[in-house]
Amino acid sequence: MTLAEVPSFLEEFKPQPRPSSDCPAYEVPIEALVAVAQKILTEGVYNLLVDITAIDYGVSSDRRFALVYHWYSIELKNYLRIVTFTNTPLPEPSAPTLSHIFPAANWHEREVYDMFGIRFINHPNLKRILMWDSYPYYPLRKDFPLAGIEVPLPSPDTTEATGETVIPAPLMGGPFTATGGFSSATREPTAKDES
Amino acid sequence: MRLVTSEYTYDSKVEGEVIVSRADAVINWIRKNSVWPMPMGLACCAIELMAAGASRFDIARFGMEVMRFSPRQSDCMIVAGTVTYKMAEVVRRIYDQMAAPKWVVAMGACASTGGMYRSYAVLQGLDRIVPVDVYISGCPPRPEALLDGMMQLQAKIEKEQSLPRLFQATS
Repeated sequence: MTLAEVPSFLEEFKPQPRPSSDCPAYEVPIEALVAVAQKILTEGVYNLLVDITAIDYGVSSDRRFALVYHWYSIELKNYLRIVTFTNTPLPEPSAPTLSHIFPAANWHEREVYDMFGIRFINHPNLKRILMWDSYPYYPLRKDFPLAGIEVPLPSPDTTEATGETVIPAPLMGGPFTATGGFSSATREPTAKDES
Repeated sequence: MRLVTSEYTYDSKVEGEVIVSRADAVINWIRKNSVWPMPMGLACCAIELMAAGASRFDIARFGMEVMRFSPRQSDCMIVAGTVTYKMAEVVRRIYDQMAAPKWVVAMGACASTGGMYRSYAVLQGLDRIVPVDVYISGCPPRPEALLDGMMQLQAKIEKEQSLPRLFQATS
């Protein structure tokens, strides 16, 4: 199957091919997402949902959040990438859950919710999976600074015992930041300050 | 004048079965030779910690082989690995559960300073939540470095003022 060739079982959804350097990639409207997933399940070729992630195209973008799904075919040994844009405006972009079709979606959707704040409608257990429950931000959004934002520690008793908070940790001042004056051939690998 | 040291320490003919020493010296000698570590293994440093406990490096040579996974039974917490903010609460609680006297070793770059994780999710140095006695550099440190750090801790225990703290009211 070439990259431009739409799999026959997806033709009814009129998927738009996306530029891809590895596996077939298509964009579907979000209204069709559940039907596409159901079709992929019943067709049974791409039988393993391996990953769900999201892309933040930036604060000023009118189509800001894209959800990216990867299915793997154990039989064909290749991937199928389906992209869909959440169309609900901020602050609560949302998408339908696939966890009742592919149970593997459960934790992946929780991770996307944790990092990007995309609500998955009808998800059975939509709570944070990496950060603590009371964390107020979504760290992988473009408007979240790389260094982080000061918030209280997860547990009040640790705060009480230590007086500490979650502090921003900018790269500049850290151990792996270039301070200038060195030849890039001889110095240790360091990063530019992007916080 | 050449001193014969045996006359100035313990002579069974003079002192019988009595040994005179300082209480601090005895207490610290006991403490430093039976450090029971609590292995707080959080990341790859814990692998080196396991190596230090196994036969090739053999932490038992320094009297520290009795690793206890219960904070109630241990007196030295070796924090080996990346402490995230989510885990900081647990580290602090386990530290609080340990009975005094207790010591903390920050093993490796992550535990000492946050290391390469300049991040919104990682505690930037264990000393922000618990008092740290020894910092060990390395990413991860070699088991020899851990052993050296533990010997530094022993040297530190040896110099502590232990007697006043014995009679101190604990809060």
